[in-house]
Amino acid sequence: MGKDVLVFGEIRNGELKKVVKELVAAAAIITGETGGAIDAVLVGAGAEKEAPGISGFGLRKIAVVDDDAVTDYSSEGYAAVLASLVGEEGYGYVLMGATSMGRDLGPRAAAKVDGVMFSDCVEVRIDGGALVARRPVYSGKLFVELTPEGDGPVFISIRPNNIAPAGESGGSSEIAARPSGVDRAAIRAIVSEIVPLAGGRPDVTEADVIVSGGRAMKEEANFRMLEKLADLFGGAVGASRAAVDAGYAEQPIQVGQTGKVVNPKLYIACGISGAIQHLAGMRTSKVIVAINKDASAPIFEKAHYGIVGDLFEIVPILTEEIEKMLQ
Amino acid sequence: MKIIVLLKRVPDTEAKILINQEGDGIREDGVKFIINTYDEYGIEEGLRLKEKLGGDSKVTVVCAGPEESTEVIRTALAMGADDAVHICDPALTKPNPFTIAEVLAKAISEEGFDIIFCGKQGIDDDMAQTQSILAEKLDIPQVNNATVFELADDLSKVLLNRRIEGGDEKVETSLPVIISCEKGLNDPRYASLPGIMKAKKKEIRGKNLADLGFNEVPSSGKSRILKWLPMPKGGECKMVEAEETVDTVKELARLLREEAKVV
Ligand SMILES: Cc1cc2nc3c(=O)[nH]c(=O)nc-3n(C[C@H](O)[C@H](O)[C@H](O)COP(=O)(O)OP(=O)(O)OC[C@H]3O[C@@H](n4cnc5c(N)ncnc54)[C@H](O)[C@@H]3O)c2cc1C
Repeated sequence: MGKDVLVFGEIRNGELKKVVKELVAAAAIITGETGGAIDAVLVGAGAEKEAPGISGFGLRKIAVVDDDAVTDYSSEGYAAVLASLVGEEGYGYVLMGATSMGRDLGPRAAAKVDGVMFSDCVEVRIDGGALVARRPVYSGKLFVELTPEGDGPVFISIRPNNIAPAGESGGSSEIAARPSGVDRAAIRAIVSEIVPLAGGRPDVTEADVIVSGGRAMKEEANFRMLEKLADLFGGAVGASRAAVDAGYAEQPIQVGQTGKVVNPKLYIACGISGAIQHLAGMRTSKVIVAINKDASAPIFEKAHYGIVGDLFEIVPILTEEIEKMLQ
Repeated sequence: MKIIVLLKRVPDTEAKILINQEGDGIREDGVKFIINTYDEYGIEEGLRLKEKLGGDSKVTVVCAGPEESTEVIRTALAMGADDAVHICDPALTKPNPFTIAEVLAKAISEEGFDIIFCGKQGIDDDMAQTQSILAEKLDIPQVNNATVFELADDLSKVLLNRRIEGGDEKVETSLPVIISCEKGLNDPRYASLPGIMKAKKKEIRGKNLADLGFNEVPSSGKSRILKWLPMPKGGECKMVEAEETVDTVKELARLLREEAKVV
């Protein structure tokens, strides 16, 4: 098995995802022990424009793959690109974000090259020469640590916001265009269009700050209050399932077991009881603030800071205070 | 149309999950098991498709799992599935998604298929891998996290939305295809009493590895769990209190800035 690492430089809407620099940092944890080199591959529209942005972050070379067959995302096309790179260069590890693209692409690409896939990892390290990856299971009720046993390449998807992003390390990387080698006509499922969420607010899976509301919000209009607070941070608004089921919020912002798994720096839960299925989605948030009328609400067992009180009174004051601080 | 629905037996979402004494898995005693939550959307979508197409369309449930999985298979049959394949082998106690995908691929190929529905992930190991590996092994396209599914009237293509960050991707694809289902795709039905009665007579075809032509556990994608770890407890919650609400909130804001350093 090779010791070099390939980082999948995910591009969405023509821009490199923030998680890519975190992947480079994770790759450096591996190569720091194995002595391998780190390369990246950027696929799709925007790849050429974005490649210089990560040049000099400790990458040896960056492959830019943007032809007709891969302009739009498809798991088949992108998996073929990764498989051919792994085949030619003998990468031992392929890192990608645990994003909707990474999670769709990773297992298919791993299967193509007889590799193995560790999804949604929160930590990687080399222990006694072997890779060890830590990932949550049972909706974050437990963790497992996995190690590969075969000698196929190891694909790892890493949860965004878990590893400090790589910084510039000086020097520059060799950037080279590369044909995809894929025949567009042979791809059976290809993305034709991306329909953005209504409202155009930041997505909960990507935001550093999330202000979430539960059943206690009482009506949809009250979510504007949470938006105001979130806006101060450029953050996202989330919701519990109860709020979604009651029609106060849209399903794409639901946080939890049957919603999104989020991992922000700050999660403010307003009028959310903290049911186990909600915790499943947000328990790894770095700082959790709970605002709840009920001092015995289970959310306080997971929160770092809590206020017992009426959110309709507290949230506007908090918004005002934070606004003052940020001025 | 031959519709396959994949099913997995998993611990109930409410279940308290504890590491077993050997430290190599979870304690199963006292844990209630259910149909994987996301698989329910797959069953529902399969049944709706069959109802829409009529004729000789058929929904076959395929489940790889321990003997006890019969219970969740019966539930799916009671919801309206026609028959089931249950892959059960003592050698499959701690399988990885590559092994399961290989075993499923064999069973599904033997059944024949036009469309495969499953959940977007198992709510136990949360890997979301099996469907994509299976797609690769069967050499068919995959569409994960579907929130909208439409089959063209001439059955030539499928139109789907799949949930991504900040929106939906629109995808068009041909049959056969595997589709993993996201919440929001539909509202799964309950098993009716007549359904439960009928389910008792429906066929569950049990298969072991040998029946499927495997001499040993297929094991590409080899890996090993080194350790099971409990979730860290999380720090004590600092309750912020003051005489006046305004002061309480001011104190919270100060703590967020000076102590937690998130403002
Ligand atoms: C299979 C399954 C999957 C699920 N998936 C999810 C999921 O993904 N996400 C999710 O969130 N849930 C999920 N649930 C639902 C979950 O069990 C809870 O029902 C849900 O999280 C409760 O939402 P809530 O906290 O908003 O509502 P409640 O539990 O009703 O809590 C409302 C809280 O607001 C407080 N409150 C009321 N008024 C005020 C006020 N004025 N000021 C301050 N506090 C106030 C109350 O004290 C209470 O604690 C799932 C359930 C199942 C069975």
